[in-house]
Amino acid sequence: MKELVIISGKGGTGKTSITGAFAALAGNSVLADCDVDAADLHLLLKPRIIQKHDFYGGSRALIRNELCTDCGKCREVCRFDAIEIRGPVSPHRQKTYQVDPVACEGCGLCAYFCPAQAIQFDPALNGEWYISGTNYGPMVHAQLGMAEGNSGKLVSLIRQEAKKIAEEEKIENLLIDGSPGIGCPVIASITGADQVLIITEPTLSGLHDLQRVAELTRHFHIPAMVGINKWDINEELTGEITRQAEELGLTMAGKIRYSRAVTEAQVKQMPIVEYTNDGISQDIRELWQVVMGELNKS
Amino acid sequence: MKIAVASGKGGTGKTTIAVNLAYVASHAGERIALLDCDVEEPNAHIFLKPKIREKHSVGVLIPEVDQKKCTLCGKCGEICQYNAIVSLPKKVLVYPELCHSCGGCALVCPEQAVAEISREIGKIEQGQAGHIWFAHGILNIGEIMSPPMIKAVKHAAPPAELIIIDAPPGTSCPVIEAVRGVDYTILVTEPTPFGLHDLKLAVGMLRTLEINFGVVINRSDLGDQGVREYCDENSIRILAEIPDDRRIAESYSRGEIICESLPEYQSIFKTLIQTVVAKTGNKLKARA
Ligand code: SF4
Ligand code: SF4
Ligand code: SF4
Ligand code: SF4
Repeated sequence: MKELVIISGKGGTGKTSITGAFAALAGNSVLADCDVDAADLHLLLKPRIIQKHDFYGGSRALIRNELCTDCGKCREVCRFDAIEIRGPVSPHRQKTYQVDPVACEGCGLCAYFCPAQAIQFDPALNGEWYISGTNYGPMVHAQLGMAEGNSGKLVSLIRQEAKKIAEEEKIENLLIDGSPGIGCPVIASITGADQVLIITEPTLSGLHDLQRVAELTRHFHIPAMVGINKWDINEELTGEITRQAEELGLTMAGKIRYSRAVTEAQVKQMPIVEYTNDGISQDIRELWQVVMGELNKS
Repeated sequence: MKIAVASGKGGTGKTTIAVNLAYVASHAGERIALLDCDVEEPNAHIFLKPKIREKHSVGVLIPEVDQKKCTLCGKCGEICQYNAIVSLPKKVLVYPELCHSCGGCALVCPEQAVAEISREIGKIEQGQAGHIWFAHGILNIGEIMSPPMIKAVKHAAPPAELIIIDAPPGTSCPVIEAVRGVDYTILVTEPTPFGLHDLKLAVGMLRTLEINFGVVINRSDLGDQGVREYCDENSIRILAEIPDDRRIAESYSRGEIICESLPEYQSIFKTLIQTVVAKTGNKLKARA
């Protein structure tokens, strides 16, 4: 089984559209959407949900007002400004303490130190994850709750489940839509993968972000390739990125032209290679051939 | 007044909007600060080209165990919710990248064997870009904790009439940290199914946080009507629309400020800043 993660450094470079196209070209692979903050792959692949699971990423504190003696210890130990003081509730109670669930980091100190045992500290429901069927193979994806954290843990969970399915069903390729940036969810999506494909664009921001994300893949010793999307928007920078990719030790995997068909296909909710056979789909096919070649070598 | 520019989906033009707003406001004589809080991939400096005057390191506290004082009682490992400190039969181990700096291990250690030391996670650079005071945070490669970095960038801001925050993309911890405490958030989106889906998540986040917001539609002549219909149905104000102009894309690719290279777009940004300022009930001293 080979695991390919498609990431981008900079957001909005077309990584999800390309992952969707790869899914269609691969025919049968296991798909995983690890861009849990802004999961969009399902909009192209139209998964039919088979299993639904709750995701508990960490715990969260809750003050039981009737037991609280208003001593203020919790507020003193909390380093995340998550304990708020609320005004008088009755003539006998000048103030009460409350946890701001969004600010709570789930460290548990308040519950540990509360002298009145007034703080409940239970696993918090952070979202849901799904195992689905698509026309292109099984898919694992998730939905993080509103303003919830723990995205890194959710990413690790999705990858683990997707791998399990690939092994059980003996499916050769695992395609993962990663997240933008270089932080927690990205690290969780690439550690231990066989290959990373970085999709960038020929803009100064794209180049800058590529340098950062290439440093990240090197830091974790993961072989990485680059694809330049919308390469014809700035040919000069495309040349510069190609040159720098080599210096950064990245394999140049291909270039994709700019086309409004990408958005049209998205509106029609289908992978671009099924929407059109024009130039852009040819570009993506060529990119896929190179990527497959590298993946099989690794 | 603090305004954040955010978006659920990446690459919708958040940085372009933030930079151009700062540009028009500073040209109207305001004291502006721009804080680039996209610490994983900061890009605003590419457009503003600030002169960096100061650099400093940002650290978080992690435990350091004095193995001589430690009796291997295991209390530190018990309280830590993140497996960042583990008491083994012969030794206590610390995994610095996993530590959330809650301070619990130092508090519970009965032998006072745990000290807290600072560990660098990134750097802040600050300086001046024309009339705009500028700061950005750069998270070190391999670090997972961007929220403390974002908090530090927000702390670095000088007193200014208008602080514009370029937030990271997404809807989880880093974005929440970036928009916490702002007066208004501008959500940038694209009129596409991806744009709409991620916009809904961002709206959910801001409503949970009780932060006022409005929407800017970028590349507005692409895609479909989904975003507009959604905004209508949910009484969300569309603050501005920016067309899909190839000249904007090219100018962006070269790292230029749109209002400078394509001055005909200045009026969109001037109107946008006035609308937002009026929404927050604030007044700027000059007529932008
Ligand atoms: S520590 Fe416990 S008793 Fe004291 S204020 Fe907090 S919740 Fe109430
Ligand atoms: S669990 Fe930790 S972060 Fe949450 S309120 Fe208690 S002390 Fe604060
Ligand atoms: S400071 Fe908190 S998170 Fe860090 S090791 Fe100690 S208990 Fe764990
Ligand atoms: S709590 Fe203190 S004494 Fe106990 S194992 Fe941890 S460091 Fe050692």
